[in-house]
Amino acid sequence: MATKILLEHANVPGIKTYEVYRQNGGYRSVEKALKGMTPDEVVEEVKTSGLRGRGGAGFPTGMKWSFIDKKSGKPRHLVCNADESEPGTFKDRYLMEYIPHLLIEGMITSSYALGCNLSYIYIRGEYMWVFHILEKAIKEAYAAGWLGKNILGTGWDLDLHVHCGAGAYICGEETALIESLEGKRGNPRIKPPFPAVSGLWANPTVVNNVESISAVPWIVNNTGAEYAKIGVGRSTGTKLFSASGHCKNPGVYEIDMGMTVYEFMNSDEYLGGMMNDRPLKGLIPGGSSVPILPSHLIYKTAAGEDRLMTYESLADGGFATGSSLGSGGFIVYNDTTCVVRNTWNFSRFYHHESCGQCSPCREGTGWMEKVLHRIENGHGREEDIDLLWDIQRKIEGNTICPLGDAAAWPVAAAIRHFRDEFEYHVRFPEKIKDRNHFVNEPFEKVKHLVVKQGSVSKS
Amino acid sequence: MEISNAKQVINIDAALTARIDELLSHYPADKRKSALLPILHEVQDAHDNWLSIELQDKVAEIIGIKPIEVYEVVSFYTMYNQKPIGKYMFEFCRTSCCAIRGSEDLMEYTCNKLGVKEGETTADGLFTVVGVECLGACGYAPMLQLGDHYKEHLTKDKVDALIDDCRAGKVELHKLTITE
Repeated sequence: MATKILLEHANVPGIKTYEVYRQNGGYRSVEKALKGMTPDEVVEEVKTSGLRGRGGAGFPTGMKWSFIDKKSGKPRHLVCNADESEPGTFKDRYLMEYIPHLLIEGMITSSYALGCNLSYIYIRGEYMWVFHILEKAIKEAYAAGWLGKNILGTGWDLDLHVHCGAGAYICGEETALIESLEGKRGNPRIKPPFPAVSGLWANPTVVNNVESISAVPWIVNNTGAEYAKIGVGRSTGTKLFSASGHCKNPGVYEIDMGMTVYEFMNSDEYLGGMMNDRPLKGLIPGGSSVPILPSHLIYKTAAGEDRLMTYESLADGGFATGSSLGSGGFIVYNDTTCVVRNTWNFSRFYHHESCGQCSPCREGTGWMEKVLHRIENGHGREEDIDLLWDIQRKIEGNTICPLGDAAAWPVAAAIRHFRDEFEYHVRFPEKIKDRNHFVNEPFEKVKHLVVKQGSVSKS
Repeated sequence: MEISNAKQVINIDAALTARIDELLSHYPADKRKSALLPILHEVQDAHDNWLSIELQDKVAEIIGIKPIEVYEVVSFYTMYNQKPIGKYMFEFCRTSCCAIRGSEDLMEYTCNKLGVKEGETTADGLFTVVGVECLGACGYAPMLQLGDHYKEHLTKDKVDALIDDCRAGKVELHKLTITE
């Protein structure tokens, strides 16, 4: 189960250059779409493909495209979200760094489908060398006539530019990204109006992830129906997963949707099992925002079925016993990991990255970081665990954008599945003084010290 | 980050002006403000990697926007420095995936070696060490950012070598190098 759609030519020497990319069939989708298809026919192919947004939300791309306002007569824009910043996620960087022309081809074909004449790629500022790679590739595409005026003699014009951010996770949220592209602070906008009606400079705008746009050339060349044949149910096509943490072979992998989590984790072709063969303790399958799965819920769902690499299976059981496919940031944790320390680490991240517009997020992320910090450092109180639960619950759903939810979910899941580890920290402060406490003595070995309490906890 | 009153020599030379004009050309003529973030990167790179208030005022004047529009952006994004920093800023990723692969120990090692605390600059002005949030190199941990480039799969030996290379002036911070 390894169809190569996105990474088919990743290992071809020189694929970064226009000539080699073109020799390997590059830009065929632009020719096919512009010469033989109407924009709406391209949109229909993408709808048929079942492609879902690869940034994290999983919203059907073709449907998102069909919402763009064509009646107002205003200029329309396609903006590629290359602000990849979700901890655990580094797949878009791989695509842009090694096959930059694939994204540019996807941007041209997709811009044609949406009727755009001016489109942008918004890349995070830290990927500055990738910004330069894209700038160079765009220049090559202009020189070869794929961008600019009257492309392929069809009378259609398209300008494409790459724009860089400057260090702000929040700019991966589409309305914050648009604000940032307008030269402002990355404060998310209240929706509605949605970008499809009022986005960049108040013009109708579609914002799509790098991986979503990079799948469009294949869909146009091979039809949406062929794409939909790959995968399982509503999880069609291939998906990039970026694996990190305590696995043997971290890296970026393209797999057919529907592979079992067990195979992905253990096959030598993919992660090759655990580093140093230590026990698997937890897995975050879709970036830091999605719930961590404890070992007994990773390979099997609570219902006892094989857990698959699909949107549906990874979410099976809801947040009680499931997680989410998210961005495909696959983080593997072994038994030396301290869940409390890791959760504090994430809370520090979200506190740092909160834009500060909404009080529940601005204040709540800071409170969570503070409470987790004191538990991790041996100053926790028994009631802190329920306090944390209360704070995360009051952030979730009460903010303009999903950063608040993203900050709340990892805390909730950690308490839900690893409450005894929090209790251990509170009750045995002298045993957690060294920050590598579970490296020296994994929790499994001291777990028996935590006596289960009879009281019913809120979580 | 605190704001500095240190004096900065402002030099918008012909090459930088040409680059600014190129960036401005990427946006509609009545949307010059959109070029603010990319322009700030270029201007900062050409000015010892920091942006004084005077330099920010200059950027506002070039683009034709109010100074406050520049200040509020500079103070929001972490990559803009509002005070002088070391020539070589080692930005260690400290988020989960790097943390569990030893980034905390490695940053501590680097700080001790250079004789600074996290966030500080060495007395000779050469090095600053800071911990930053996820840089999107999770599978290649531990790692750090130096200028426009990432240094990945780090070890103590690699950090030692990198420090030596910086001291010997062998490290290019902003040069584009495309490897095939």
